[in-house]
Formats: sequence, C-alpha cells, structure tokens
Amino acid sequence: MATADAGFGLPRWAVNGLLPLVNLVAAFAVSGIVILILGESPVEAVVALVRGAFGFREAWGYTLYYATNFIFTALAFSIAAHCGLFNIGGEGQGYIGGLGVGLACLYLDVLPFFLLVPVAIVGGALFGAAWAWVPAYLQARRGSHVVITTIMFNFIAATVMVYLLVNVLIEPGQMSPQSRDFAEHARLPAMHDMMGWLGIDFPRTPLNAAFIWALACAGLVWVYVWHTRWGYELRTVGANPDAAVYAGISPARNIVRAMVISGALAGMMGLNEVMGVNQRLLLNFTAGYGFVGIAVSLMGRNHPVGILVASLLFGALYQGGAELAFEMPRVSRELVVVIQGLVIMFVGALEFLFLPAFRPWLQKRRQAASAAAAAAEQE
Amino acid sequence: MQANRDVSVEVVKGSIHGIIGENGAGKSTLMSILYGFYRADSGSVEIDGRTAAIHSPGDAIAAGIGMVHQHFMLVEPLTVLENVLLGAEGGPLLRDGVRQARDDLDRLERDYGLEVDVDAAVGGLPVGIQQRVEILKALYRGAETLILDEPTGVLTPQEATDLFRILAALKKQGRTIILITHKLREIMAITEQVTVMRRGSVVADVRTADTSREHLAELMVGRKVLLRVDKGAAQPGEVLLEARNLEAVDDTGVRRLKDVSLTVRRGEILGIAGVAGNGQSELLEVLCGIRKPASGELEVNGHVLWSGQERTDARRVRRIGLAHIPEDRQRMGLVTAFTAGESSILGYQGDAAFNGPILLHRRRVVSACQRQMHEYDVRPPDPLLLSSGFSGGNQQKIIVARELDRDPEVLLIGQPTRGLDIGAIESIHRRIIELRDRGKAILLVSVELDEILSLSDRIAVMFDGAVAGEVAAEDATEQLLGGLMAGLGNN
Repeated sequence: MATADAGFGLPRWAVNGLLPLVNLVAAFAVSGIVILILGESPVEAVVALVRGAFGFREAWGYTLYYATNFIFTALAFSIAAHCGLFNIGGEGQGYIGGLGVGLACLYLDVLPFFLLVPVAIVGGALFGAAWAWVPAYLQARRGSHVVITTIMFNFIAATVMVYLLVNVLIEPGQMSPQSRDFAEHARLPAMHDMMGWLGIDFPRTPLNAAFIWALACAGLVWVYVWHTRWGYELRTVGANPDAAVYAGISPARNIVRAMVISGALAGMMGLNEVMGVNQRLLLNFTAGYGFVGIAVSLMGRNHPVGILVASLLFGALYQGGAELAFEMPRVSRELVVVIQGLVIMFVGALEFLFLPAFRPWLQKRRQAASAAAAAAEQE
Repeated sequence: MQANRDVSVEVVKGSIHGIIGENGAGKSTLMSILYGFYRADSGSVEIDGRTAAIHSPGDAIAAGIGMVHQHFMLVEPLTVLENVLLGAEGGPLLRDGVRQARDDLDRLERDYGLEVDVDAAVGGLPVGIQQRVEILKALYRGAETLILDEPTGVLTPQEATDLFRILAALKKQGRTIILITHKLREIMAITEQVTVMRRGSVVADVRTADTSREHLAELMVGRKVLLRVDKGAAQPGEVLLEARNLEAVDDTGVRRLKDVSLTVRRGEILGIAGVAGNGQSELLEVLCGIRKPASGELEVNGHVLWSGQERTDARRVRRIGLAHIPEDRQRMGLVTAFTAGESSILGYQGDAAFNGPILLHRRRVVSACQRQMHEYDVRPPDPLLLSSGFSGGNQQKIIVARELDRDPEVLLIGQPTRGLDIGAIESIHRRIIELRDRGKAILLVSVELDEILSLSDRIAVMFDGAVAGEVAAEDATEQLLGGLMAGLGNN
C-alpha cells in the first residue's frame, strides 16, 4: 500500500526512484561546475569521492558509521512526518538521548554488559522521548507549533549539555568539558572486534554494533507504521485529521505518541555516538546529524527502505567528501559541505523541480498502457 | 482523457440556456474553456458572429463573459464594494474607482432588483446575498453573457426563487444566461433551450418546451431512470435513537444546537431538512460521538451517551450499533491518500477480525474490502487502488459498504448523494429504503429537498440550530418546508 499521495497521478517508481535520481544528478552537475571553476576536474573529483567512500574496507566502515546516525535521525523524522508533524528537533532529542545513554553508562556500570546495553538503549530512548514529549504535548493540547518548539528545544538541549558537562559531569581535575571514559564493559562492541570474533579481519573504524540496531529499528518502524493498528491511526491523523476524529482516533494522543517515538529514535543517535564511538559524554557529538536526518528522510520518501538507501548516500558523501578534500587540495572541506548542501537542496527543497519535464512523457506512457489494457480486455 | 469531444453549442442572445449532464459529463470543462481556464485542443468560440480568442479569464471578461462559480470567489473580510472593485480598481488611487463603482452598483441594483448593502462585509452576508455579489461583480465588469455553475446548490427554495427572478430581469435587459445544473426542475422552470451532455459529448439540444424531466433524465443517463423512489409505508417499531433537549456549542463558542429533541424508531427514516449550516453537521457530530453536547440527553440503541461513567467517543458509539455515513466523504469519510482497503477499515481498524495481538493483518483487510466491493458494486474492484482514484460515487459506495457491513441498528446518513450522478443516486436511495424495511432506524440529513421528500417518513426542519418544525412526509410540501427552512415558522 502506498505511503502518501505525493504522486500527482504518476507511477510510484517515477516519484520514488526517477525523480530523486535526477535531482541527485543535478546536484552533482552543479557541484561539478563549481569544481571546474576551481580548476579541478569534476570527473576526477567524483572518482575520488566514490573511492573515498567505498574504495577500501576502512572507507566502508566510516561510510556505514555515518549512515548509522542518519538512519536513526531520519527514522525519527519520518515517523513524526507520517503523523503530519515536522519534527525539526532530532538534533536536540539526539543530544539529550545521548545524555540518557551516558548517564546509564556512567552510573549503572555495576550492571554486566548484557544488561547494561538494553538499559542504555532504554535510557537513551526515554531521554530522547521526554525531550520530544514537551513540544508534543504543547502541540497536541495547546496548539503550539511543533516546528517552533522543537527548534527552541534544540537550543535548550545544547545549553543544558554545556551546563551539565562543565559543572556536573566533568571529570574531576580535567580542563575539557567531558565525562570520564566509560568502563570497559560499558561500551558497544566495535565492528572490527565483532568481525574479529568471527575470524574476519576488519580495519579499526568507528562503526559499531549500533549499526545493527539501526537496521533493526528500520524494520521495527516499517512494521509499526504499516502493519499495526497504531501505525494506521498515526497515519490517519497525519493524512486527514477530520477522518481520524470521525473514526474515533484521537489526534492529540497520536501526536504525542508519534513525537515520543520520534524522540526515542533520535536518542539512538546518541547511543551510536556516546556508547559506540566516543565512549564518554562530551559536547557537540550530534554534529548536525539531526538536521541532515531531515533531508535523508525526505529523500527516502519517509520510508525505511528509502531511508536506508539515502543514509548510505549521505554516509558516502560525508566519508567520500573528507577523502576528496584530502586528495584534492583545491577542493576544501568547505566545498564538500557545499556539495552536501546542494544535494540536500535538490532532493529536499527542490523535490519536484524536474517534474514538469517528465510529466508529459509519463502520462503518455500511462495512456499507452491503459489503452493496451483496454484493448486486451476487449479481446 | 478527452473531456470534451466535438462539442458544438449555440446560445441565442438574450436567452436562458441550460446545460445539463451528470458529473464528469464535461459541463465544467466546456465552461472552463469558455472562461479561459483551459484551452481547447481544437475548435473555436464565436461571440456575436466574430471569432473570439479566449486564453485567460481576462480575455473572457473583455469579451463580455462573466462567471458565477459554484464556490464563490469572494474575499470575506472585504465589503461588497471592495469585492466588486477587486481587479477593476481603475487606477493607482482608489477614490475615483470607488465613486464610479458606487454609482454603477446603484444603477445595477435598481435595474435588476439586486438589492445589496454595498458597505457590508461579505463574510457576514447570507449565502444568497453573496451570490448576488458574484453576479454584481460580473455585471460591473460589463458581462453580456453570464455563466452560472450550479447556482442553487447552497440556496433555500426561496433564495432560489429570488435568483430566478433576477435571472429573468437580466434576460429582459438583453443579457444572455448559461445555467449549468444537474437539477432537472430548474431547467424546466427557467430555461428556453437545453443542451444535454453525456461523456464529453452533446447528446441533445432541445427546446425546453418540447421536452420533459423524464426525457431529459433519460438523455443524461443514456437509459430509462426512475425519478421517484418506490417505497411502501413505514412500519415503525421501538425507539432506537432518542435525543432530548440537546444543546451544543462549536469551537468558537457559538451555540450551534438549541434544544433539539428527536426520536427515530426502528423501521423508519427521519429526514432532517434545512439549508446547510443550520446545525445539521453539529447534530450529526453529537449523535455519532464526536462532539460533546453542552447539555441534553441522548440514548442510542439502549445506551445512554455523553453522561454517566462511561466515556463516549466515536469508537464506542460504533460498537453499540451505530453507523455513520458522513456528510463530506472526502474530508471525513475516507483518507484519500490511503488505499481503498485501508479506507475500508476506517473506524474499524481495531476490529479483532483484522488484528492479531500486535499486527494488523493486511491480507485480511484486503480480502474483506474485496468482498465489500463485490457486494456493493464498487468499480474498479481493486482494494489496492488509492481512495482518491475512485469516482465520487464509488468512494461513497466504499463508505456505505464499510458502514453497513457490520449490520448496524442505527444509521446516520449525511448528504448521501451529494455530487453523485443519477445512476448512483438511484442505487443509494434504493439501499436506504431497503435498510429501513429491514428494521433499521435511519436519520437522514440532506440539503436536497427532493431527496428528503422522496425518502423520509417524517421530516424535521432545522433552522438556526433548532428544530423549526416536524411534519409527516405525507403532509410535507415544498412550500411548507421552504418556509420552515427560511425560519418563518409554521405556527
């Protein structure tokens, strides 16, 4: 069954596959022009970028590590979007979620590893959910727009974390605002370790077990949204609040529910960063992943499968972009950000830029197909 | 899709010309071409014997064509004068334009009996007067030919009579009027010539005097249709729905229901007549568990609603045997972005038949929908098609199937045939009668007086949130109901 009626009467493969692809090509084309102006070869740049993202096993590790963050934050955005909410607060929810994970790892590390991991996951989810609950409640019961409140909550989250790390959680005797390192068993196993247990040699990268949890979450979101009555109700509220009321579905309750799940998923980004990579609490580990998740989700059409694909693309852009800046001196780190920005702009904001160009062709195809079907029926 | 095929229509200057056809027959497309919204792939428009190039509404206005849309194009906070002036301000400073407009409007109002307070804000005017503003707008821009798209859909019978009087005055002054409608009665009442359209083509062009309602209906549908609903006498049983002294306020605090008391018995149809917006929607909302009444008592199928310990919501009210076919199917009745299968469980998504402990079994939903589609002749019978992909009539059938599938005892029906074509209306009417005869209690809300008159056993008229009167169907006449609808009262 279809996700949303953004199809404008066009076939789904065109809307979900063709248009994003064309947009991506357009973003790269514009990037190519910029690179040309800088006096480098766009073709070489693309080669460097792709090789940097996928060319060797270490690159894969980094690409998938970035993708893990994007999967969590994009899933978070998508579930709110299905309820008709634009949750722009993934950044803050991920930040506070990371705090929940960190507190579990710092203060509950008397627990053995196999108990601490679920506790940390629940901690991260609860903290992220709580941070989303306040804007959700205000939206559901008081009509305060969730876009405004979640943006504000991003700022509040940032200052709360600064306060906590500077004044409360800082490791005694240290200058930098970060907590002590987690105990050895309060860390998520890295991918190279897990591969090592299987006897496979994998280079040392930040990629860790959170990636597997991210894939599982994508599956869970898919089941929840499309294969449970709660997901049905959530989507009804998002698609047609009047029909929801008619059906006896409470929009307020579903808004809160969707935002709480969204915040919990965003909190899992903190799990990857805090328990998986940094293994201590520190400042600014969210690094904009919460915002990029919005673009990833939009590009993936708010569908888990699309989000996995788009996360891989953005992971590759992050990792390949870093390699590109390294290999081509004239392509700076900032230009890589420009390329990422172009991709976000073309696939997110200018989603339907090229639709008019394709519409006549697609409609002709459809007419031909239905004419053929009608002819077949007459025989 | 070819919406218009080789359509030729000739309208005589100074006449009232009717264009009639079912939904999707191509009437609106044809008029949109005339008014410059669409461009014809081939063919031409001639006005006074000269070919007119109409590429935009601006061209149409310049060529002397004015249009009164079904949904008014008015800016509600502005006054009548400002609305008329909009887009024809006549210069950078308003003053001269305003003076000019005031004079012209005075003259127009005198000539055609179009009395309107030009300084009143449009939003506060009754619908019938708003429509006059639309007509004034067109005339002010020098329209010689006036196109009216379903003009009486929102009017009381009295307001419609007023409109027809204005149209007659316009005709007398030599203006040409094209009336698009699906109401045969109006065609017979005021047109001289009528063009019948079916599936994008003109199937007949006849003098109104030479034809009859039955004949026109047959031309529209392409087969013989029964305009009258066959039904036997009602055999009312025990009371299944009883409302006593219901009061309700809307979200802005305005009283919408005033002391409404009603009963509906098993085996009868209570029709609620009234001009749209007189509390019918709020009444349905209270009865079906969406809106909490401010006071009053409600008992449905032996259960007391809205009071006592138990919570009342739409879900619970469904469970006690009440089904509700909502007034606005696109806004409430289904989710256009969902597949037909998904829309077919709206309100019943928690049913044990579809659910495991966690999972909603999509295959069961699809097969139930498939069965309903066959029973109710939904076309195309494809549960995986988006709800928005069905025609209005088939969307309505999806809703009717869903609501009747669980064999409810009490049925609330709002505007069952709004926007449907004659064929679909016939089948839905027959089904409603059949339900009555099977002993269901039915409350029918409709703004179509014909529909109320032909289906109901008793008729209650709502005006300004209150029941203005209740009459037995055999005593009801259009004049009587019209008077009640206009708030004149019968005693």
